[in-house]
Amino acid sequence: MNVFEMTINDLHIALKGKQISSVEATSAMLERIESVEPQVGSFITVTPEVALAAAKEADQRIASGNCHLLTGIPLAIKDIFLTEGIRTTCGSRILDNFIPPYSATSWEKLRNLGAVLLGKLNQDEFAMGSSNESSAYGVTRNPWDTTCIPGGSSGGSAAAVAARQAIATLGTDTGGSIRQPASHCGCVGLKPTYGRVSRYGVIAYASSLDQVGPLTRDVADCAVMLEALAGHDPKDSTSVDTPVPDYTSALKRGVKGLKIGLPKEYFIAGLDPDVQSAMAAAIETYRRLGAEFVDITLPHTDYAVATYYLIATAEASSNLARYDGVRFGHRAEADSLLDMYTKSRSEGFGSEVKRRIMLGTYALSSGYYDAYYVKAQKVRTLIMDDFTKAFADVDLMLTPVAPTPAFKIGEKVNDPLQMYLSDIFTIPVNLAGTCAMSLPAGFSSSGLPIGLQLIGKPFGEETLLQAGYAFEQATEWHTRKATI
Amino acid sequence: MKITVADVEHVARLARLELAPAEKEQFASQMDAILDYVEKLKGLNTDGIVPTSHAVPMENAFREDVVDPSIGLEKALANAPDRAGTFFAVPKVIE
Repeated sequence: MNVFEMTINDLHIALKGKQISSVEATSAMLERIESVEPQVGSFITVTPEVALAAAKEADQRIASGNCHLLTGIPLAIKDIFLTEGIRTTCGSRILDNFIPPYSATSWEKLRNLGAVLLGKLNQDEFAMGSSNESSAYGVTRNPWDTTCIPGGSSGGSAAAVAARQAIATLGTDTGGSIRQPASHCGCVGLKPTYGRVSRYGVIAYASSLDQVGPLTRDVADCAVMLEALAGHDPKDSTSVDTPVPDYTSALKRGVKGLKIGLPKEYFIAGLDPDVQSAMAAAIETYRRLGAEFVDITLPHTDYAVATYYLIATAEASSNLARYDGVRFGHRAEADSLLDMYTKSRSEGFGSEVKRRIMLGTYALSSGYYDAYYVKAQKVRTLIMDDFTKAFADVDLMLTPVAPTPAFKIGEKVNDPLQMYLSDIFTIPVNLAGTCAMSLPAGFSSSGLPIGLQLIGKPFGEETLLQAGYAFEQATEWHTRKATI
Repeated sequence: MKITVADVEHVARLARLELAPAEKEQFASQMDAILDYVEKLKGLNTDGIVPTSHAVPMENAFREDVVDPSIGLEKALANAPDRAGTFFAVPKVIE
């Protein structure tokens, strides 16, 4: 098997058994990146020197016997994670020259275990988008069909896994930004419960919704990554201090007797027929494995997208106020301070970011604050209550990730509302703050991957992994590879 | 609900953004469509519902008041577009 097609678990065994060194594995990955990158565009910055230096160190660690599952494993991370000394753009022109003075906790944890950084991945600008088309660094293409979008905003993170340019990657999910691209690119993506993983050093979009998570080739790798990432961080006061379970040991528990809810609002008319039949087949698989299905309702689902686009944009307009040209990032030439702020921001931000800042500013402005922002926060309470009530009867929920497979590049670029509606099944999970996972569950008639979403209770990641693993063992969707 | 170009200009001023004339027209119609869509929230009765600002119920996160080393002046200033000694330099504020 080619190194670049391996899972974390495969490569770890090969590294430990001295069949291959991390330097060799990393060199093979860098060659793979170079050969397919012109077709895919997953990366904003490739870091060969950093990667090879880390690989060399990892090899010493492996030789000394002091190694973790992630030691020597070549990974890549979304360009939203601060990396000390390595340019971090967040997909934006305004941070084109930004070299962070410190690193994100999530990346630092992986690096301390000996993981190797191949580079920084392409994304929608400031994580605002569902297609990776809003990046200032070019579009990323879906490895299964390069005329299609990979999904967003962690589009580069999903495309890199699907194109075998990294063994696994890190992304962030504010309204579906890990799960939707994972679904469109045929990989596994997990959005942990809000507070499970530190957000320190992750460039903020909507702070009450943002969460860090892994994208991997299979569920077992996902467990390894989550276990490395999870835990309280004194530098993020919203990270939660609950013990981190041994996620890998949860994998083989099976699904016999597990109660899975089917929220009727997620199985609507208008669902793509291929998505619909993939869901029906997945339900059948779980039934065969001994799971029990329960019809449930999440009655406020239809209000989620509207709620999200008020709360997320309001938080974004506040978070992005820091880009003013004073301390870092792009500064425009201007005679007055006010002009400098305005020109720096107007030159540095792209159109989708400006649109969301405008919407959020409007929702927070005098006269509209109660009608839009506070109203949305109240509806958020109702959406959270929906989940709490439904989870009284079920262990997890099964839904589609997205209403359709990946759409064509350019198809929704001029219709922001249609673009926003593609996140209809992922957004409620962020509003509720709970965890969910996307896993490969079939293909459309035109050969595009279709993802299945499992939604868990708050801090119920073990149940997601357990159910995901059982599905994976019973199907072969995750073993198919994009022809790229 | 109708968002006018004047509304767009007002909000852009608040957000410290400068938009080209064509961009103003485009934002007015797109914001109008999006705000029209979010109007649906108004049909929902939320009397007595407590607003949620945060997914995880938590009070203030306190820690011991211990001084840790910070990143230091040089690192903090390394990305400054312009500096004067140990300060960030900006265009003149006071005439």
